[in-house]
Formats: sequence, C-alpha cells, structure tokens
Amino acid sequence: MRLYLHELRTQQLVYWRSREAAVFTFIFPLLLFVLLGSVYTGRIYGVPAPDALLAALISYGCATVCFAGLSIALVVRREAGILKRIRATPLRPPVYMAAALCSTMLTFAAVTVVLFVLGRVVFGTPFPSRPGSVILMVVLGSLCFAALGVGIAGLIRSSDGSSAVVNLIVLPMSFLTGAFGPTRHYPGFLRAIGDALPLKYLVNISDAVYLHQHSFWSQGTSIGVLAAWGVAGVIVAAYTFGWEPRSA
Amino acid sequence: MTAIAVRGLRKSYGPLEAVRGVDFDIEEGEVFGLLGPNGAGKTTTVEILEGYRSRDAGEVSVLGSDPQKPRRDFRERIGVVLQQAQLWQTLTVRETHRVFAGYYEHPRDVDEVIDLVGLADKRDARVQTLSGGQKRRLDLGVALVGDPDLVFLDEPTTGFDPAARRAAWEMIRSLRSLGKTVLLTTHYLDEAEQLADRVAVMRQGVVVRIGTPRELTTTETEVEIRYRRDGEEVLVRTGDPTRALHELTSEALARGEELERLEVRRPTLEDVYLSLVEEADEA
Ligand SMILES: Nc1ncnc2c1ncn2[C@@H]1O[C@H](COP(=O)(O)OP(=O)(O)OP(=O)(O)O)[C@@H](O)[C@H]1O
Ligand SMILES: [Mg+2]
Repeated sequence: MRLYLHELRTQQLVYWRSREAAVFTFIFPLLLFVLLGSVYTGRIYGVPAPDALLAALISYGCATVCFAGLSIALVVRREAGILKRIRATPLRPPVYMAAALCSTMLTFAAVTVVLFVLGRVVFGTPFPSRPGSVILMVVLGSLCFAALGVGIAGLIRSSDGSSAVVNLIVLPMSFLTGAFGPTRHYPGFLRAIGDALPLKYLVNISDAVYLHQHSFWSQGTSIGVLAAWGVAGVIVAAYTFGWEPRSA
Repeated sequence: MTAIAVRGLRKSYGPLEAVRGVDFDIEEGEVFGLLGPNGAGKTTTVEILEGYRSRDAGEVSVLGSDPQKPRRDFRERIGVVLQQAQLWQTLTVRETHRVFAGYYEHPRDVDEVIDLVGLADKRDARVQTLSGGQKRRLDLGVALVGDPDLVFLDEPTTGFDPAARRAAWEMIRSLRSLGKTVLLTTHYLDEAEQLADRVAVMRQGVVVRIGTPRELTTTETEVEIRYRRDGEEVLVRTGDPTRALHELTSEALARGEELERLEVRRPTLEDVYLSLVEEADEA
C-alpha cells in the first residue's frame, strides 16, 4: 500500500512534469470544447448545444487521457528501459499497473471537473444533477480505456510511431462515435462503424447521465459492452505486454 | 557465505547459444569481475542472476534465492545498474533518487548518495540535461539508494572521463569496505585489475579463466623481451628469461652493440586477456 501510494505520486509527478504529454492529453479536450462550443450554438437534438458538446467531450477526454496518454507513456517508458529498471526494485508489476491506472483515472477525473467548470463559466452549462453517476462513469471509462491502452501498448513495437498509431485510432474513433459532437446526421454506414467501437458506449452513458438525468445503472447494455472491451484489453495486455524494450 | 552460486548455466536465444555452461561462486563481500569481448554472454549471465531472464539449464542461487522465484526480500537486497536504461528525462537528479528510495524499506539518505556519486552540483538539474557520464552516475546512485547487500554493475563506468572513473573506483572500493558484494562487468582491464578480488574471463558463452588478477597473470609463464635491431623491433617470448637475457646481452656486448630500447615485460592482465580472446578467434 505504501508502495502503491508512492508510485501513484511518482506517476502524477512524471505526468505533470512532461509538459507535452500533459498539454496534449489534458488541454486538448478543453480546447476542443471551447472551440466547438463557440461554433455550434442553439440546440442539438433538443438540448442546448454546449451541454451536448460537454457530454461528448468527456468521452473524448477519457479516450485521450486513459487510452492514448497511458499507452504512449507505457511504450515510451518501456522502450527507454525505465520499466525494466523498475522491475529490479521491490515495486511489483501489479502494483505499478494499479498505480498507473489510478493515476490516469485521477487525470481523467480532473479533465471532467475542469470541463464542467469551464462549461459553467463560458457557456453557462449546468453542473451534473447526478454526480454519483458521473463518478461511476469516470471510473468505468478509465478502467475500460486504460485496459485497452495497456493492450495497444503491448502491440506497439517502438516509441517512434506510438503517438501516430494511437491517435490514428483515437481521432477517427472519437469522430465516429460522437465524442466530438452528435452523429445522428452521419450516413448510416459511418454510424454503424461507430456503433462497433467502445467509445460509443461511453458517449451513450455520458449523454444519459448528464443530458437526460438518468442513473448510471440504468445503462446496463453500455456498461456491459464497455466491461467486455475492458476485459478484451486485459487479455490482449496479458499476452502482449512486456517490461523490456522491444526495439533495442 | 556464498552470495552467488552458478552451476552449468545455459541460455540460448533461438539457435544462438549465448551462455554454454558457466560455473562460478561469488563470496559475500567479494568484488567479482566478469570480463569478455562483445557478445561473450556477460549481460545475459548477469540478467539471469538479476531475475530478468529465464535460463535453459543449470542451477543458480543468488542471496539464497532462485532469481526466477525470488524470495520476498530479494529485490530489497539487490542494486542494479543495467548496461542500457534511461530514467525519467523530466525529473531532477534528486527527485529520481527520491522515487527510487521510496521503493525500498530501508533506503539510504538521498543527499548522501547524490554526494557519493558526485552529482551534488547537479542535484536539481533535469535528467535530460545531464551528460552521458553524469547519467551513468545517476544509474549508479539509484542502484545504491536502496542500500543493497549485492550490487550488479553492468559496465558501470562506460562513458566516464578518467577522473570520474577513478571516483567510481573509489566508490566501488567503499562498497567493498562496507561488506557489500559486487558483480561487475567491464571491458576495461585496468578496472578489473584495480577493483576485482577475482575475475572470470568469458568468451563465446563459457568461462575460459577464473582467478585473482594476480593468478591470471602469473599462470602465463612466458615473459616478453623486446628490443630494436636495425630499426626493426624484435620480440622474444620465453619461459626462461634469465638465460635468454644473458645470451642476448653477452652476444651484444661481444659485438659491441647496444640493445636499443631493451624491455623485459611480464604479461599484464590485458595481454592474458587478449591471448584468451584471440584463441577464440582462431577456434
Ligand atoms: N534478447 C536477445 N535476443 C537475441 N539474442 C540476444 C539477446 N540478448 C543477447 N543476445 C545475443 O547473445 C549474445 C551474448 O550477448 P550479451 O549481451 O550477453 O553479451 P555481452 O558479453 O554482455 O556483450 P557486450 O560486451 O557487448 O555487452 C550476443 O551474441 C547477443 O547478440
Ligand atoms: Mg553486455
């Protein structure tokens, strides 16, 4: 437990210290929110446009912080030999992973809070009426996408292309699943692709909880789909993730 | 007490047999040097002992543990300098030491370790701004911050300037005076000669010679006599230097010649080492 907290502090220290990563993953959802919020006015499908965008960008925040941020950080640390070096210390791999997961969860939670505050200040969006459900959504979203992040980190061989590969997944996925704004006007086949992607189900939960004041637990199907993707991520990670550099 | 015992150790990477039956013992408090050319299998051997790599055959005991199934305190008691590994580029020297200190139950004082490895004036510098040799000192610092009983140093002084190397030697000597066990790999023969109580020379995955630096150089009985005649260097190798020298000098005296640049040399560890390594190339 002491080691876990120590490593959690270390992870947060390293995250905030490496400014590019922090800016890219943390600031980007906020920036997009402000930009899109200034462009779209009026109502989207019956709710004020800024509210709809806020609900969408929470999901994008999850994908970029937990999936992209974590997987790139893990690949870079693995290829630099940091993970290998740490394995020679008393810190055990499961504790390291738990701390990395919790660290990314905290960061995503911070993004979510800042989104709500920013929305309130800039666009007058309301705070969520079901904060408990929002917390559960943040927990489930980060577990699922962090697991997928570790899985993809196991598939990426070198740090050079890791950022490109991961964003090649995150950006189209966000576009297709409505994490950049509603997709109901997209052609059917694009929406069908979006429906096959995990982020779609986080968007669904976010819409239900924030826009329609439903409880988190009313979203059984989406919860189940996300949990399944999370388990898939864990399985891929278990088979592919290593602690030693691949490209050395 | 034996800190490390290795018997019949073997390891292949696919068809390549990197380690082909290695045996040695390292006593507690001993500084043991592993020498050998590139690709001899030093890092493979060391990383098996550190618990990183599995072995194909053989018995290995490190601090009473099998490194593949280490006891709980195994990693509390070892310190590791890898041949190649970076640390967080954006943290400072002090933060990096603090992070590693936090991984151990009974760490040393962070500032003391930073002083010990000679990074006191870089305490608050970011890792990315350090020179190559300074980064290597950081590796050494974080290997020592957990106050290990056994330290693995895989080419710890590569990239050090001569002064830094001397300082590192002093530090390794101070480790020995504290009763720590050190397993050191190096390409620098003077380093092995200066530091190691015993040396094993590896080539092509086997230990070809093992002993104290002195034993290694005295088993090689041949002495070299060199001089110049008509501008050409002449080299005589002999197991009977007194007679050879007497014959040479009396002939020269009889001819009234000077033996220019006359030199009588016992082989250094480097000579022994090179002859061992060259045998490998002929084989
Ligand atoms: N992970 C690996 N996969 C495949 N081959 C490897 C691997 N690690 C080492 N080898 C090979 O095994 C042999 C021994 O390598 P090792 O790193 O143990 O040598 P070394 O004595 O440490 O050399 P150096 O002095 O260059 O560090 C080399 O031929 C190397 O190419
Ligand atoms: Mg090596």
